[in-house]
Amino acid sequence: MIAKTLQDMFKRYRRPGDVVFAVLFLAFAVFLLSQLGDQTKVVKRTKWFAQPGLWPTIAIWCMVVFGFLHWLSSALSDRISGRWTEVGFWVRSFEYVAYFLIYVLVVPQLGYLPSTMLFAVFLTLRVGFRGANAIGIAALFGFVVTIVFRGFLQVKIPAGAVYEYLPDSVRAFALTYL
Amino acid sequence: METLLSGISILLQWQVIVALLIGSIGGVIIGALPGVGAAVAIAILLPATFAFEPIVGLTLLLGIYGSSMYGGAIPAILINTPGTAVNALTTYDGYPMTKRGQGHRALSLAYSASFFGGVFAIICLMVLSPVLALVAPHFGSREIFLAALLGIILVVLAHRGQIFAAGMLAAFGIFLNSVGLEPVKYTRRFTFDQSWLASGVDLIVVVLGLFAISQAFLLLLEKNHAPGDTHVSGNIFAGLKELLGVKRVATVSSSIGVFMGMVPGTGEFTSQFLSYTYAQKTSKNPEKFGDGSPEGLVASEAANNAVPGAAMIPLLALGIPGEALTAMMLSVFYVHNVIPGPQLFENQMDFVLALYMALILLNVIVLVFLLFSTNLLLKIIQIPTRFLGVMILILAFVGVYSLRNSITDCAIAAGFGVFGLILKRLDLPIVPIILGMVLGGIMETKLRSAMARVKTPLDFIDRPIAAILFGLIVLILILHCRTLYFEFKNKLRPEPTMQPVDSDNPNQQG
Repeated sequence: MIAKTLQDMFKRYRRPGDVVFAVLFLAFAVFLLSQLGDQTKVVKRTKWFAQPGLWPTIAIWCMVVFGFLHWLSSALSDRISGRWTEVGFWVRSFEYVAYFLIYVLVVPQLGYLPSTMLFAVFLTLRVGFRGANAIGIAALFGFVVTIVFRGFLQVKIPAGAVYEYLPDSVRAFALTYL
Repeated sequence: METLLSGISILLQWQVIVALLIGSIGGVIIGALPGVGAAVAIAILLPATFAFEPIVGLTLLLGIYGSSMYGGAIPAILINTPGTAVNALTTYDGYPMTKRGQGHRALSLAYSASFFGGVFAIICLMVLSPVLALVAPHFGSREIFLAALLGIILVVLAHRGQIFAAGMLAAFGIFLNSVGLEPVKYTRRFTFDQSWLASGVDLIVVVLGLFAISQAFLLLLEKNHAPGDTHVSGNIFAGLKELLGVKRVATVSSSIGVFMGMVPGTGEFTSQFLSYTYAQKTSKNPEKFGDGSPEGLVASEAANNAVPGAAMIPLLALGIPGEALTAMMLSVFYVHNVIPGPQLFENQMDFVLALYMALILLNVIVLVFLLFSTNLLLKIIQIPTRFLGVMILILAFVGVYSLRNSITDCAIAAGFGVFGLILKRLDLPIVPIILGMVLGGIMETKLRSAMARVKTPLDFIDRPIAAILFGLIVLILILHCRTLYFEFKNKLRPEPTMQPVDSDNPNQQG
């Protein structure tokens, strides 16, 4: 038991998609290497250790060398099935990236409180919770997060543009706390 | 004495007490939720803590860091699902005990061992303080450069079986740190004429993307899972007494945890591995390990809980973080212009003492909380994982957007979220990127200032501490090459009749 459990914990097993990631990372590192001359400057009358390009050069060369060795070890290993299914999983995450960025764009317009409650309810529905309880809890969560962070901790989040159209009696409160 | 009283007065501020309570109890809950973990919580809360006094912000984050592993033991023992990654080993002995109807005993032992490990580390930290205060001022630019270099090498070598991946990701972290306007000559580096890249890539944005947003995406996309309903009954205080019977294992494991916590780049996993191996090899019943051995459980929990306290040693004394969580805490220091390092011990010893006392208090609060509210926590952890994903994504927005209200930051964080998701799916390490970013910056600054006084290469290591650090680097590299050579030699030896240790996983890279 012990031999297997410790090995399980401290060894890594290759996963499907390993080689795709290795190729992409190596390509990125090689691209950066090709840009090294254009994207860094050699400053005259400055010693090597103070040259602005020293650390990008060290970092990119290490990325290329280690990236190549990582790709080599993946490429020489047995192929694991499910490579493109895994890549499909990575691509599916862009759906949530889109939702997140829409939320980011909406907050300054609609205000933090309404945007957060709507976003929480939308995501809850999207991931498959349809019950009234789940939707209620999601809305409540959005409300509590807003009150704690903007109302209580006063974190820097701009007030919504629509708050300007609120009646005078609640506008100042909404601009400060919601 | 005056310094101690000043430290106590800092600790007794109501904001510090509240931060300690929220951090320690919140940390237990976060640790008990499988799929969240201290790194996610600290990443989310980090920007909010910038508004607080440094001691308040640090106490809150330290509370989460120090208590999450206590909470992580609960689902590990009762439902065979570790709350945090470092509680994985706890499942091997904790869950079999639960299956035998000894869940309360396993929990009790885990709490006691965690408390012992946590307090042991803080006592070591306190005892070492005078030594640190004495040694730390001897760390000049070249010594700090070499210590940071040692940290980078260790974090790469600590990832056995994925050293190439760890190396390329650490280098990627160093590269990320170099993007933007270079601070001395003011030339642009890898900005591709984009104004949004001129200010560089913010560490907090990367941390939030890699830890929090990636975890949210992962939970939202993977199959939904909710831990089953469970309940623990029986005397949960018994383990406090039982720990005395395994005090040798607890003490040695905690010592290993302290030592490993001090060494940058190693941390909980290595300390657990060494402690567990030690406990098994010296046990009268080694066959019980992995099948409900109290000694195994104590070794695992004492070792991992000793690490947070010890990890504060290189952070406070040299300003060098040993792993991702202390790297995040380093930014709290910098935001408030409190520079950890030799001067901190000389000029703000009361601040350091207040931190130590806060660490002890947090262990007491967590132990008392857990002894009385384990069943309540078991109700809380039944949140479905996809709903946790929704919660993390909403909280991650606060963290990124509140930094400077930048939509670009949010887009970059989302990009790193996808990158982190890929790394997590492939079981590749994230920590080297963060340490690369932090230690890369330290190395760049310190090399520049150190080389100004160096005429020949040997001048760089002509001071005792620099020579020791350089010797350590060379020794570690030689030992690693030697291990690789012997592993390679063993692989070449034909063993036709031997079955692989793990025949279910023939694609192992090691």
